[in-house]
Amino acid sequence: MRVMAQMAMVMNLDKCIGCHTCSVTCKQAWTNRSGVEYVWFNNVETRPGQGYPRTYEDQDRWQGGWVRTRSGRLKPRSGGRLKKMFTIFANPKLPAMRDYYEPWTYDYEHLINAPAGEDIPVARPKSLLTGQDTKITWSANWDDSLAGGNEIAAGDPVLAKVSDQVRQEYEKTFMFFLPRICEHCLNPSCAASCPSGAIYKRAEDGIVLVDQDRCRGWRMCVTGCPYKKVYFNHRTGKAEKCTFCFPRIEIGQPTICSETCVGRLRYLGLMLYDADRVAEAAAMADEHDLYDAQRAVFLDPHDPAVVAAARDAGIPDDWIDAAQRSPIWDLIMKYEVALPLHPEYRTMPMVWYIPPLSPVVDVLRETGHDGEAAGNLFGAIDALRIPVEYLAELFTAGDPAPVRNVLNRLAAMRAYQRRINLGEAADESIAAAVGMTGAAMQDMYRLLAIAKYEQRYVIPAAHAEDAHRLEKIATECSLDYEGGPGMGGGGPYGQGPFGESSGTPVPVQVETFHALRNRQTSDRFVDPGDEPRRVNLLNWDGKSVPKGLFPPRRTEPEHTDGGDR
Amino acid sequence: MNTTNVLLWVVYPYLAMAILVGGLIWRYRYDKFGWTTRSSQLYETAILRWGSPLFHFGVLMVLIGHVGGLVIPKSWTEAVGVTEHTYHLMAVFIGTVAGLCTLIGMGILIARRRLTGPVFAATTRNDKAMYLVLAGVIVLGLLATVRANVIGAGYDYRETVSPWFRSLFYLRPDPDVMAGVPVGFQIHVLAAFALFAFWPFTRLVHAFSAPVGYLTRPYVVYRSRGPRPGLRPTRPGWDGPPRLPARGHGRADR
Repeated sequence: MRVMAQMAMVMNLDKCIGCHTCSVTCKQAWTNRSGVEYVWFNNVETRPGQGYPRTYEDQDRWQGGWVRTRSGRLKPRSGGRLKKMFTIFANPKLPAMRDYYEPWTYDYEHLINAPAGEDIPVARPKSLLTGQDTKITWSANWDDSLAGGNEIAAGDPVLAKVSDQVRQEYEKTFMFFLPRICEHCLNPSCAASCPSGAIYKRAEDGIVLVDQDRCRGWRMCVTGCPYKKVYFNHRTGKAEKCTFCFPRIEIGQPTICSETCVGRLRYLGLMLYDADRVAEAAAMADEHDLYDAQRAVFLDPHDPAVVAAARDAGIPDDWIDAAQRSPIWDLIMKYEVALPLHPEYRTMPMVWYIPPLSPVVDVLRETGHDGEAAGNLFGAIDALRIPVEYLAELFTAGDPAPVRNVLNRLAAMRAYQRRINLGEAADESIAAAVGMTGAAMQDMYRLLAIAKYEQRYVIPAAHAEDAHRLEKIATECSLDYEGGPGMGGGGPYGQGPFGESSGTPVPVQVETFHALRNRQTSDRFVDPGDEPRRVNLLNWDGKSVPKGLFPPRRTEPEHTDGGDR
Repeated sequence: MNTTNVLLWVVYPYLAMAILVGGLIWRYRYDKFGWTTRSSQLYETAILRWGSPLFHFGVLMVLIGHVGGLVIPKSWTEAVGVTEHTYHLMAVFIGTVAGLCTLIGMGILIARRRLTGPVFAATTRNDKAMYLVLAGVIVLGLLATVRANVIGAGYDYRETVSPWFRSLFYLRPDPDVMAGVPVGFQIHVLAAFALFAFWPFTRLVHAFSAPVGYLTRPYVVYRSRGPRPGLRPTRPGWDGPPRLPARGHGRADR
């Protein structure tokens, strides 16, 4: 047993209203730059829909993820090491810009600068690739909320898998939102595809990152990732991907997408897993077994043997404690309501989803039935084949049984809680029908519906032994870096001699989160004993010498008579 | 041994090689971030799929041919029974195929770069200069070969250029042999050393990061977190909101 820790996320899709706040804040934080205009580390897709980039789930076309070879081992679907080397000069399976969309801006300046004339000036769309006028034909969420109707939704590769008989009648269709970030897989195929070895999985928290200094722009990772969540920065020629907001995670803050989620549908926490069993679990012969196989890789943080093994593996105690309080563990293992996205890609994704019950409830309500009654809901979940099969194609490689179980539990929770809400006696038989107790049902309800910030985001901060270094950062010399002034460095961004963004960056003087918070939350304004030296310079007229502007002279005796000075 | 010969065939090659090695070290030390292929495949795939493999495989064959011709002494190949005639036939045949692949591939790539809007907008001045030098070396090499071997009676550079090239590495340079070499070859060699000196400062550096380690590496790489948790210094490429490609840098006809 080799215990490793993994930061993981669960999203409760029933709560997603498709407001795109997560996408926008993520974009502002990470990809609001030249070269990644088309990149959304976090995007929200409408399902059914083609997704972003278009039809990325069609792995026959895009060749992402792993395949099981005849000998029972795994290799990247797009080819092993030799094939990668021979196709390195032109990656045959790289999505083109039009599969994402051509980024654009508007010629706002024209609104102000246009010469006086008969016509009202308009801000024309300009392509950010060429600078020329462009026609906007697609974007990251062009088919938002089923915009474009059947024509676009019919291109959904998942829908195509469900059944030939699916009728895409617009009125009868169902819809939900799927926010997506990088899955930070246990078995990342992007890392496996990287010829330079620049993509790595962090040993401490499992976050998958691209080393920007080692990336050489071979762009095999874009193909390797079946979720198409590694992007190519077309200005710098480097791969970039969702970082799980590691600078925030390291200081105990949730990712920016979680922090700003309006529906509070995201949960963050640690999972402990057995790294020795990942490869075996990812190579299960039957795709339907992959969901259970991945669950079997997770280790129970309450098990004393696991705790001991985790300590041996160097996982600090506060991390083990965080793993025991992890909402992710509860949602995946205890309540069994979270499912992985596309386990059939065999990457062992670590951003899981609670499938939405709302399509079922909506259909039920439209037929005139009580959409909250347990009996009706259970029956509907069994009867409404299309949403269940569609969800199964997303979350369980097409096996409807686990999806049905999850939806039944969510339905039972609704019915159980409604009785309590209406002042009726709790009906234990509802909980028992889905294999739960009333108490567990209450706990699950609390976690899903009313959990506080600290319960939704259980993130152990950087280790205590790192604290002194944290404090030191603010005091380090700002010129103390490679390629600094006089050392031949490229200077501030973009001024390097080899085109865009070459050269070493100038580090900013950073005040750490902890230093800032310590000061903000301390009782005093200044250190005790330091008060007489402080003076408010904003009120100083520059002429007088206010008390405290200079430190007192300790050695000089006090003059009482004024003397002859 | 006159001064011109020494300057051209001793000082200049050593200088070029010193710049190549020093430049590579300097660039690796201070510009790891800029060390990339700067692929333009995202903008355009259809033409690149033909041009890029043609050029790259062609140029790799050319490289192998040059190593064979310049580094391996004639006496060695003759010792294993390859006669001058056989060698010459092989070199001319394979060399012509490789050279044509390279030339056609490069033609396709340069045409693509000029004619595809986004690709041209992403082309820097450095790139343009690099294309000029690189294309110059390749064309001059092909011209010299064609003039000597196809039109002319054939020229055995393994008697002159190769020993001189090796003598550079023995640190006993012999400039006088080069003085007698046909002008075509001389210019090609001079241009090639200019390319070597320019190499570290262009996108061509990606050739030195050919990912051969990938063949033996485990698929998934694990690495420990850096010593500094929390906020990091700014990275290159974080230069504010997206902006239109710089005019004047790209197409002149706008």
